[in-house]
Amino acid sequence: MKHFKPYIKAIGKVFIVFMVAMYTYVNAYTQDMTPLVLKVKAKLDQVNSYTADGVMKTDIVFIKAPISKVKVFYKKPNTFKLERSGGISLLPKGGVSINMSNMLATTNFTAFAAGEETIKGVKVRVVKLIPMSESSDVVLTTMYIDEANLLIMKAVTTTKENGTYEMEMTYGKFANYGLPDKVVFSFNTKDYKLPKGITLEFEEGAKPNDANLLKNKKGRVTINYFNYVVN
Amino acid sequence: MWQLTSIELYKIFRRPRTYISFAAITALIGAVQLGLKVDGQSYVDFMIGSISSLEIEGNILNGYLICYIILQMLLVQVPLLVTLISADMISGEANMGTLRLVLTKPFSRTQWLLSKFFAASIYTLLLLTWMACMALFGSMLIFGTDDMMLLKSSYIVILDDTDVFWRYVGAFGFAAVSMVAVAALGFLLSIFSENSIGPIVTTMSIIVFLTVLSTMNIPFYNYIRPYLFVTHMNNWKEFFDVQVNAENQSLTGTIQNSSRIINSIIVLLLHIVAFVGAAVVIFKKKDITT
Repeated sequence: MKHFKPYIKAIGKVFIVFMVAMYTYVNAYTQDMTPLVLKVKAKLDQVNSYTADGVMKTDIVFIKAPISKVKVFYKKPNTFKLERSGGISLLPKGGVSINMSNMLATTNFTAFAAGEETIKGVKVRVVKLIPMSESSDVVLTTMYIDEANLLIMKAVTTTKENGTYEMEMTYGKFANYGLPDKVVFSFNTKDYKLPKGITLEFEEGAKPNDANLLKNKKGRVTINYFNYVVN
Repeated sequence: MWQLTSIELYKIFRRPRTYISFAAITALIGAVQLGLKVDGQSYVDFMIGSISSLEIEGNILNGYLICYIILQMLLVQVPLLVTLISADMISGEANMGTLRLVLTKPFSRTQWLLSKFFAASIYTLLLLTWMACMALFGSMLIFGTDDMMLLKSSYIVILDDTDVFWRYVGAFGFAAVSMVAVAALGFLLSIFSENSIGPIVTTMSIIVFLTVLSTMNIPFYNYIRPYLFVTHMNNWKEFFDVQVNAENQSLTGTIQNSSRIINSIIVLLLHIVAFVGAAVVIFKKKDITT
């Protein structure tokens, strides 16, 4: 027994080191990130309402649409409206109306850390946000937060009804308010179904490969904002 | 030549049946406009119901779309109205017993025949102009204008409202060439008969037969389809499709398949020349007995 004592001690030490390492690791990745999210929310809450003009580009494989001017209206807590200036707009349901402020409209969520990443050369914290309300359409939001500037650089939102959306923000003059200059909104088009023959269109050569393209390509809506009027 | 054409136009517009076509077009377009004005939302809901994954905002049911819907429906029927006059041009004279008398006048058979054809073509163009006024301007007045959204068989096209009107000018111009081709066929057949019913029914039967052939997707008929003039008559729709750039942005003022339009116009013009040419050649050799 005497001979085994040093070994038992050594194993004990290794075990303690392992447990400390595990604790540190687990603690780091299940860390409650609510304070950080609340700081971001507080920054966004500086703005009671805003309007902005923008230019919208729609890149969806089955839609041929021109570049159009849009106007955006926001009012606290979660009124967000995107209007095309005098024209028809065709956008993924529920998607583009998701913005940073209405994502954080309530404090009824659980936020925990999910690592660190780098986006456009900026080190960001990855935060998973789970809404506590069962009636919420959002199932999970992953935010990539620039901790130093309290800016959401990217958000991936999974909804019950409308699939998964990804938003990438680029900030400029209005970064102080957390308002982006550019938002790229991406979503998967594979589940989108198009009507057949409703307008009695039986034209030939109507891009026969589009069905395959549809399955592989992501839809993308890019909005470049300018002329923010912040209240 | 113009004097002869004027006389033929006078004869056309003296006949009450000429106005049946104008009345029919007015009634049909009016009925469609009334229906869509009263319950257009149901039509829109039906149309966009299957793309429920997209949020659509704006005045979809505007004058431009209504005109497109009307043209889709009517350009199939208009050949019948055109044929009513064109297939009667020579056979009507034979039926009334005036053919021999008219040909004793001091002008050639070719001149007389061409003036008849020009008169039939002018009637066709007037009919289309009336249709354009009713379908396009009438709808613009009743339903207003906005961007035009079209559901093609595998994609959606949104045309900026400033980019639509010239397309209609082109589409009506194309439709005019198509309808003159129909008039030319009716005109050719009218020299073989001494009553109007025969050429009218024959012309319509040929158009229906060829339309069925051109829409059947059977490989055997695919070889002859490009040569049938009815295959090309529907290509006015090509004006309502745009090219896109690498980022999938539609390019204002462009047409997706402009070569298809040019090709169709060439085929239709060749048919017009062939039908009228054949009519002249045959008529010059024909014994006029009535």
